[in-house]
Amino acid sequence: MTSAVLAFEMAYWQQSVLRSVGVLAAVLLPAGTIVYLFLFKMMSFMQSRLGPNEAGPYGSLQLLAEVGKWIQKEDIFPAKADRKLFAMAPYIVVASVLLVYVAVPFGPDAWFARLDTGIFYVLAVSSISAIGVLIAGWASANKYSLIGGLRAAGQLIAYELPMVLAVVGVVVQAGSLDLFEIVRMQAEGEIFGLSWFGNPFILTQMVGFVIFMIATQAELTQPPFDMPVAESELVTGYMTEYSGIRFLLFFIAEFASAGAFGIIAATLFLGGYWLPGLDMHADYMNVVGPLVLLGKMLFVTFIIFWVRFTYPRFREDQLQKFAWTLLIPLALVNILATMVLKVAF
Amino acid sequence: MTAALDREQARYIAAQAADARINFEIETEGMTLNMGPQHPATHGTLRIVAKLDAEQVVSAEPIAGYMHRGYEKLSEVRTYPQVTTLINRIDWLGSFANEVPFILAAERLMEIEAPPRAQWIRTALFEMSRIANLVLFAGDTGLQLGGQTAAFYGFRDREHVLNQIEAVTGGRFHPNFDRIGGLKDDLPKGWIAETKTAMAKVRDFCDEIDDLVTGNEIFQARNRGIGVIPADVALSYGLSGANLRGSGVDWDLRRDAPCGLVHPELDWKVYTHPDGDCFSRWWIRIQEIREATRMVDQCLDGLPSGPIMAKVPRIIKVPAGEAYVETENPLGAMGYYVVSKGDLGPFRVKIRSASFNNVSVLSWVLRGVYVPDIVAILSSLYFILGDIDR
Amino acid sequence: MSADTETEAPEAADGEAEEAEPRDEAREELRDRFAAELGDAVVDSHIAVGHTLWVRVTAEAWATAALVARDHLNCRWFDFLSAIDWLPSPYGRYEDDGLTPPEPIDQTIVTGYAGGDTRFQVFGHLVDVVDHHDIVLKADVPDDTLTVPTWTGAFDGANWHEREAREMFGINFEGHPGLRNIYLPTGFEGHPLRKDFPLISRIVKPWPGIVDVEPMPAVEEPEDDGDAGSTEDAS
Repeated sequence: MTSAVLAFEMAYWQQSVLRSVGVLAAVLLPAGTIVYLFLFKMMSFMQSRLGPNEAGPYGSLQLLAEVGKWIQKEDIFPAKADRKLFAMAPYIVVASVLLVYVAVPFGPDAWFARLDTGIFYVLAVSSISAIGVLIAGWASANKYSLIGGLRAAGQLIAYELPMVLAVVGVVVQAGSLDLFEIVRMQAEGEIFGLSWFGNPFILTQMVGFVIFMIATQAELTQPPFDMPVAESELVTGYMTEYSGIRFLLFFIAEFASAGAFGIIAATLFLGGYWLPGLDMHADYMNVVGPLVLLGKMLFVTFIIFWVRFTYPRFREDQLQKFAWTLLIPLALVNILATMVLKVAF
Repeated sequence: MTAALDREQARYIAAQAADARINFEIETEGMTLNMGPQHPATHGTLRIVAKLDAEQVVSAEPIAGYMHRGYEKLSEVRTYPQVTTLINRIDWLGSFANEVPFILAAERLMEIEAPPRAQWIRTALFEMSRIANLVLFAGDTGLQLGGQTAAFYGFRDREHVLNQIEAVTGGRFHPNFDRIGGLKDDLPKGWIAETKTAMAKVRDFCDEIDDLVTGNEIFQARNRGIGVIPADVALSYGLSGANLRGSGVDWDLRRDAPCGLVHPELDWKVYTHPDGDCFSRWWIRIQEIREATRMVDQCLDGLPSGPIMAKVPRIIKVPAGEAYVETENPLGAMGYYVVSKGDLGPFRVKIRSASFNNVSVLSWVLRGVYVPDIVAILSSLYFILGDIDR
Repeated sequence: MSADTETEAPEAADGEAEEAEPRDEAREELRDRFAAELGDAVVDSHIAVGHTLWVRVTAEAWATAALVARDHLNCRWFDFLSAIDWLPSPYGRYEDDGLTPPEPIDQTIVTGYAGGDTRFQVFGHLVDVVDHHDIVLKADVPDDTLTVPTWTGAFDGANWHEREAREMFGINFEGHPGLRNIYLPTGFEGHPLRKDFPLISRIVKPWPGIVDVEPMPAVEEPEDDGDAGSTEDAS
């Protein structure tokens, strides 16, 4: 928070602590909402069952119960595992997810860090989790984990490209890498001469949006791209040997990154923290904005989880073929069309 | 001079040796993957030892026997009605169907025939056990490939059939209802109408599964062209059921060798598929569920009245002889070769279980496939561990 | 051609007053075609009219019989292969209740359909899925060597069945690519399905049904041979 907003002066270290706590809250809140709402309840209803309904009213405290359960479990190291790497891997994955939230604008003055190359930073930092996954697969000293880790590495690298290319389309249209600028362009732009609902890039970048969502599904290793954690083959893939807090970190990272990519998708394509009818620069947007962004993120993650529980999984080579021969050419065509139309209009 | 040449030569030899060492270290070995007795994909305690080269299987061997219960030896010390209790548990998902061939073999040796009403009800329960078994197959195959929702729908709709089986036999999974000469009890009141409702719900389930799974592009990509078994291999290994018909061989024991059940009097079709891959086996089983529901409806419509049990003595002694009866059970062709010496119990029972042959083909079909395809092939061959291991 | 006997009553007995014995011409023709190919190797046969055809061949011709059935009778579908131990079990039915002395058990070997001269017999079932024929082949296993040739040359599926027959009965299959145990753990001693291999679970714990020796209240069964508690509703 800039000091202009606060009523009293804070030292730099106090601001940093506030920002760190804020980031954690910003991560854990959506992660918790997603896990409870979608994983436990929506999936259960889709599968004609009730889901958790004991812990708290309508099972709302189930996540708390799960966290408590995982924290008190024994910390197991496989005998042949590389201890340092084994311990380090979950932290790398969680760190890369937390770093994504840092660059996102939650409101005109509600942000953690204002970066000129916002989206570039986000894409770069989100790829670090691939390293963590690979380390986890190798350090587990387990053949299943190794296969899972290698599959994950191949998949994450392969689907980075369509994601980046889809984002390039947005960047070309917005004319800037800055996330704040992108949100401003969507809020203050106009389409077909109508300006009351701005110009959310999903309308003009529909192809890019679809490619981004597919690439997100793959980045999150969710079905139909969950070969790395294919339950019926690899038990849990690279997470097989983890227990206790480390597994909890992987679990949180999975849903927090779903939230992170949801927030990025909302910012890039759905207009960020702005809704039609609201003043983009007003003070109340610092409170309303995060809520709006949370709502849009829930919408995007709803789609992610809906697809997750419906489709069977791709085989690894089919998955790679899909990325390299279909998504990447499509994304390139999208960029070309965007450039042409941007110049023309 | 020579010292310099010697040094040169020594250096050359050392370089060669170093080169050889590097080459030796880069040499990669294949990996042995043990999909052990406990594994989410193996439907029970089947163990598959696969030698892999990266993600491709070089050779695979299924190792059965972790659930061997010795039914053939146990049958030798039991009386005929007691054996019925035992063999219920061979294929535990479609369990009424296990009793039928054994009872028919004993009836053949005793030269008695069950009254018509008993035969029609037997056929209806036989087809219902097929539905119970194959609906689980449909759900489970979706689950193995990652579509978790299909499994829940399968279990939910299986309940309709299991409730009906429980209503008449008293047991959902192990009815123990067939008796030499007929059945244990007659149908309870209202059962026919309820069963017809249940059959309609199962047909709805088939349509739902077709929407959710069969037409799904990913499911097709995972199953089409995978695990192709040509017809001559299928015949040579003795595959049966949908595995054989999926390879294009038109052989269904209900039509071609009926004994004691009333299938010839019903109007139904046998489905075959020429491809021989995992998708053809899946497709045939879904059609078989639909056909089974129609057969049950026809059985209940044409049910004759009459006694439910033929005249058999209280203590059953089967005359000496040998008989072999094979029926088209949900998993394939199941048969019992009963050798009798005129005792209260059989002298030797050879149980021909469908999954034993179906699993023996795995070492042939798993060569050269990718690791994810192992799971697809296992679920499409559809075996039950109790059926393999008896 | 060797004499093929049928265990139906010989027609030469009294043909005029009796109704004609049911005859299974299709199966008889099948048997004749089979015997024409194998000649002396066919020892005996039996037909259960309308149901099954049994043919017994010599042990040396066991593999050839499979090939003949596959190629000439077109029985290409392999059903199963197993063995029978014709020795009556010396343990009876494990129903000694300790009160009455056990009755001596007749240990003479009596074989079944299509005869037999040895203690062990192998048998297999093959089916023609096109014309819907089937045939049960049997062969005596020589008592001294306990070896018969393998069927894996004719049918790949026989591999597992022969492994099971070897571990359960101790019969060797000559020419089999890898005879190792299939159900039993490696190093298991003994052959469980032989009749002289006891059913250990019944020896360890006697069957509860024999404890109650009180006869059933209804008095209609004259033949109550100490087999207490067993009715057709036993479960």
